[in-house]
This record gives sequence, C-alpha cells and structure tokens, in this order.
Amino acid sequence: MTSRMTGNEILDTVFLEVRAKLLEVGASLDRVARADEGGTLENDSRLEKIRASLRILGDDGFDRAEQIQRLFSDDYIPGWNKE
Amino acid sequence: MYFIDPHVHMISRVTDDYERMARMGCVAVSEPAFWAGFDRGSVDGFRDYFRQLTEFEPTRAGWSGIQHFTWMCINAKEAENVSLSREVIAMIPEFLDKPGVLGIGEIGLNKNTKNESTIFREHVELAMKTNELILIHTPHLQDKYKGTRMIVDMLLEDDRVDPERVLIDHVEEHTVAVAKEDGFWCAMTLYPITKCTPSRAADIIETYGDDRIMVNSAGDWGPSNPLAVPDFIQEMRRRGHSETKIKKIVYDNPLEFFSQSRNFKFTPPDTLQEEQEVHVD
Repeated sequence: MTSRMTGNEILDTVFLEVRAKLLEVGASLDRVARADEGGTLENDSRLEKIRASLRILGDDGFDRAEQIQRLFSDDYIPGWNKE
Repeated sequence: MYFIDPHVHMISRVTDDYERMARMGCVAVSEPAFWAGFDRGSVDGFRDYFRQLTEFEPTRAGWSGIQHFTWMCINAKEAENVSLSREVIAMIPEFLDKPGVLGIGEIGLNKNTKNESTIFREHVELAMKTNELILIHTPHLQDKYKGTRMIVDMLLEDDRVDPERVLIDHVEEHTVAVAKEDGFWCAMTLYPITKCTPSRAADIIETYGDDRIMVNSAGDWGPSNPLAVPDFIQEMRRRGHSETKIKKIVYDNPLEFFSQSRNFKFTPPDTLQEEQEVHVD
C-alpha cells in the first residue's frame, strides 16, 4: 500500500518542510560549535551519531528512517532471558 | 469520520479536551493506567487511581458523549519498587470485572531493567489467570528497540499468551515489524518529539499495511495532543487514501481488538442516535 501521490507531488509537498528541518540541524550544529571553543565535543558520542545519521540520509533506499532509529538504539542481546 | 483513541490518559486532560475530541468525531477512548509524574507511595494510592479510572472518568467522558474504557496495572517506572508492585498486582482483581475494564495495561519496560522484567512477567501471569487482554508500553528513544525485543521474548516464553490478545504500543519504524511478525497487534503513538508524527505513521501504514495496527494520541500531562488522531486522518486523506482504509485504522481495528474483552460493551454512534430518537418520541 504505497501513497497514492506521485513522487513529484510528494516532493512538492515536503520540500520546504525538509529544507527547514535541514536548516534547523545546520543551525543547531553551528550553535554547538560556536559554544565549544576548546573543541571538547569533537569525540562526543551524540555528535558522532548525528554525523552518522547524516551519512545515512545521503544514501539511497527506502528505509533511512529505520536505519536512523537503529543507529540511535541500544543493542539487543539475543538470548538475554536464557541466562 | 468517527474514530476511537485507543490510548489516551484523559485523567490528565481537562473536560474541554473531551468536548473537542467529540466534536472531531471521537466516540470512544481507552485509558491505560500509567505513571502520574511521581512514584505513588502505597497500594491505596493506586486503589484510588483505579477508582477514578473506573468511576469518574467514564462519567466525565459521557458528558461529551464519549464512551470510556480503561486498563489496570502498575506502570514500568514504578516497577522498580517490587514489593509495592506486588501489592498492586494482588489488588488489581478487585477492578477486573468493573464495567469498561478491558484488561491489564499499559505494562512493559522503561529502562529495560531486571526488576521491570520481573514485574512485567507477574502482570502477564495475572492476565493469563484472569483471561485478560494485555496492552503493552514499549520504552522511549534509545531503549525502545532493545526493550521491544525483550518484551516479545518474554511474551513468547509463555505458551498461554495468544498474540491476538496482546497490543504492543508506541511502535515506530524499527519496531513495527518486531511486533507484527509474531502476530501481535500494534499501535503507533502520535506524540511530539519522542514518538511518531502523523506523516511518519502514514508512512509506516504504507510500508507495513493496515492489518492489526491502530494509532493513538497518548495525550497525557506532558506535551501532547489529544487531537492527534484527526491529524493522522487528515494526513491520510491528503495522500489520497480511501475513507474505508482510514476508518479501518482509526475505528474498525480498535473495535476488533477491544471486542475480545468481556467488558467491552460498546454502543456504535449511529445506534446512540437511534436510541435518542426513540427516547424523544
């Protein structure tokens, strides 16, 4: 059950919204950088995950939201309840 | 379009919200027991809470013509207090035959701890002994994937658990398949920042289909929107989905799941109108 709108119709609808969200991301990262004069956050795990998620956005595919969700998730250990 | 909000904490909302929901087409709500924003200190605190859920909230909902249903449990946040949790679980049967009580919920995990797992399993044991439906809370943010997998593991440990009688809530892109693949029902919560948006929920429907899935607002005392289900309806309409398909998600599916409960006595809205007309005559 895919959307009944064409790809172009969807892009018409979401383009400005996506642009605005990307600007928010850029401005937020700029704000962090301006305040972090000593570069102490260079290896911060949260920033590393944000950078990794931006790489996911640059890829093709149909499951980028799911990939980003998994990136920000704790690992599941199969068999945890058998110990 | 008529809709049912299958997960909304109306105890935290003002009466105006019931009225606004009714005006948007809400005909029924189901309200799971949850965390009040602070840890309660005694079993009597929970008994009073359950009385409010089973006595006053149905009355207040009725003022706007909304039918109110509810669920009983001690939530995962308070499950770290194992002794109090066990007192509450022992007290819950006092309420299970009250009108409108659909089952045990919302039980689940919060930080995926051992104590939470212990109390989750004890809630499931109660539900199996008393033949109740189960409504499940899955954790937020980084804990969600791991916690959802752990919850499914614990449910599958017990041969008595029928997945068709369990609803796993707050699913998102990375957990919807985890819930659906073993035959459980699932729901998406339309909640600012930490859960799903109406557009992402519509994406998930388009990807995973409309069987055994519903949407809710989980409106509560935090930033939330009790009119989120109408927002989802509007998003689906904007994308060109049929009224029949949308109704299945926001009305038919909750009805089908809730109808498995012996305490689900629902009067369809058209029947209400007919009864009113008969009464007037």
